[in-house]
Amino acid sequence: MSEQLLRVENLKKYFEVRRGLFGRRRFYVRAVDGVDLTLTKGEAVSIVGESGCGKTTLGKTILRLYEPTDGRIIFEGKDITHLGWKELKWYRRETGLVQQDPFGALPPFMTVKRILEEPLIIHGFKDKREREERIYKVLERVRLTPVEDFISKYPHMLSGGQQQRLVIARSIILEPKLIVADEPVSMLDASVRVEILKLLQDLQKSYNLSVIYITHDLSTTKYFSERIFIMYAAHIVESAGTREILRNPMHPYTKALLNVIPDPDPSNRFTIKEVPTGEPPNLIDPPPSCRFHPRCPSVVKGLCDVKEPPMIEVDKGHYVKCWLYG
Amino acid sequence: MASRAKRFFEQLLFYRSAAIGLAIILVLVGISVYAIFAIPYDEAVRLWRAGEQHWLSNPRNALPSWVNIFSSKKLPETIILDTSEPRPGVSKAIVPVLGRFSRIRIEFSFDYQYDDFPSELNLFFKSRFNASAPQLTVHWAKPNGEEYVLNTMIISREDKYYISNDDRLARELRRLISAKVNRTIEYDAPVTLLLFAEEDASILNPSTAKVMKGTYRLWIEGMAFEANVDVDARLIVYGKVYGWAGTDHLRRDIGIALLWGTPIALSFGVVASVSIALIQMFIGAVSAWFLGRVDTVLQRLTEVFMVLPFLPVVIMISTFYKINIWILLLVVIGLTAFGSGVKNYRAMFLQIKEFPYVEAARAYGAGSFRIIARYLIPKVLPTIIPSMVLSVPDFVFLEAALAILGLGDPLAPTWGKIIDDAFTYGALYKGLYYWVLEPSVLLAITSLSFAMLGFALDKIFNPRLKEA
Repeated sequence: MSEQLLRVENLKKYFEVRRGLFGRRRFYVRAVDGVDLTLTKGEAVSIVGESGCGKTTLGKTILRLYEPTDGRIIFEGKDITHLGWKELKWYRRETGLVQQDPFGALPPFMTVKRILEEPLIIHGFKDKREREERIYKVLERVRLTPVEDFISKYPHMLSGGQQQRLVIARSIILEPKLIVADEPVSMLDASVRVEILKLLQDLQKSYNLSVIYITHDLSTTKYFSERIFIMYAAHIVESAGTREILRNPMHPYTKALLNVIPDPDPSNRFTIKEVPTGEPPNLIDPPPSCRFHPRCPSVVKGLCDVKEPPMIEVDKGHYVKCWLYG
Repeated sequence: MASRAKRFFEQLLFYRSAAIGLAIILVLVGISVYAIFAIPYDEAVRLWRAGEQHWLSNPRNALPSWVNIFSSKKLPETIILDTSEPRPGVSKAIVPVLGRFSRIRIEFSFDYQYDDFPSELNLFFKSRFNASAPQLTVHWAKPNGEEYVLNTMIISREDKYYISNDDRLARELRRLISAKVNRTIEYDAPVTLLLFAEEDASILNPSTAKVMKGTYRLWIEGMAFEANVDVDARLIVYGKVYGWAGTDHLRRDIGIALLWGTPIALSFGVVASVSIALIQMFIGAVSAWFLGRVDTVLQRLTEVFMVLPFLPVVIMISTFYKINIWILLLVVIGLTAFGSGVKNYRAMFLQIKEFPYVEAARAYGAGSFRIIARYLIPKVLPTIIPSMVLSVPDFVFLEAALAILGLGDPLAPTWGKIIDDAFTYGALYKGLYYWVLEPSVLLAITSLSFAMLGFALDKIFNPRLKEA
């Protein structure tokens, strides 16, 4: 068993939305509501879920861009849950973020060189030559070559794919151990998606990076993630190895997700996919029972709508949060 | 970088208004640089505050010389004749007599071809003697040969004779000339008119009185009861035009204040506008970035400053403390730093701080002030440069307005101060239009140039706003 890099225990992140009259009543959006997750060094995992399920919040809370409401985050054996800004600086160096919108993620008034130099300056790389060397190396690594052509360009002069490669270059320039990639390809053309995913996979292998890949699209997970966490309404509802989940989905929600992946077979073009009816629950006031039960095709009356199911290990390394397996 | 600057200028000069505005600003900057190097600030203030004694050889309230180019009636320039600076038309002879007396003879002659009478006529003496002061008699001869004795006097070591102020002489001349033309001069004719006018019927009315053109002579004869005596005399025939800008009521050259007003107006306007914009932006950014208690404090403070009446507070401060122009600048910046701009910038930054690139900067460890200075402010800066340029005239005018209200720097020679003086001494009532128009035109040109540049910059930096 390889070394554990990150352990997340019962992580909660609530956002206060509004107060009642005179500030007496407080409402919270429970964006992440008790998530457990572990990650070993060099492992790539995917977090999959629909919009608004809290997967992005989970990723940003793990990076401590948000202060967790409850729970613990342990990185390399060190509890970083409530560290202050200054104590977090080393953690910032060990982690990287790749965002969804590459153009938005790049300051429009900085050149490529400046963008890549910023993290180095912040983390005390005083020697200008060393900084330059690193910038050249990382640009070559993400194949923005010849480097001279790119180094003095501004983000708007690059194509979407090039911008995303620059974002990736920025996230790995400090040689972190963990990268959170938040829907890195969902805003890119289909033609460059695979290229970017392959690049991420390649970097993950060669730097022995741990990657948390956040997506709403199960079909892209198979490119490099070893494990998949399915998230629904702020909970993780199923987790298992990638192949295992794709082959043997257990949670009704996972099944539904797999069902809606577009089928390349033209003979199926007129079959209408079965989509779970209804909407995801309101995270301000979620049902106390299984959160999927109002939409679940195999709901058990008197159980699913009353009690919250526990996480059950059905197979080795295959966990499901569903009464059907309890 | 160089190519980017070049492209920017090409884009800018595409707008003719920007080219004109920029050209005017460059000229103003050139004038400022010239003023700073030609007349150091201390020297300018000293000249401006020196009082009438220093400017004694200048005419009072003289028009700028160039009015003669546009007028068929030539106004007189000032003529200065001095025995210590010998030249044709000036002669001095002091002859010892018997080793116990000295005979003194000084003669000035000058050609007077102007169409108007001089404004004043003064004689200054500098003499060296032991015990016995020289006694002098001053004579005057018109081009046609008429001669008058102006005065007889005993002079001290440093003495003066204000010929044009000599009421006794005026009465005497009036009597003599009245007798010559056989009619009484009814009005209160000044000495300058009587000494320079044709002696015929035209002199009976001030509006018909004509200048007698030709060579005038003034000579001084005298005696001193000492052998070793020296006397120098200086005759000043004050004109009605002076320099390129004219003079004011204290005979000061307005040109000095116009010259020095340029760097003062430009630096006041630019420093106030830029620093207020930057400070407001910084406060807005801090407020939007930290939110919470910091935001509350800064916003309440801003609201307090927003309801403070700006002008009354400035009036109060400059009444209690006699402040100079740079302190006034600080006061203006201090009172405006928490202005309504803070609210605008805060609103902008609240939006910008949610941009993904700011989040990315947090993820790689950028601290709060680094984010404010390098990620938030640079995003807003281009959009506010036009308004920064456009607000320069506001502060140039503010300085002038405060000077006119009597709240400006009492020492600094500024455009506003000239207008204030002109207003106080009734320039428009007396018809001294140049006194008001010169600083006003400079003020107008300055604000026009910044406005023309600012509007063009606005089109470049915020093209979408102009499409509608």
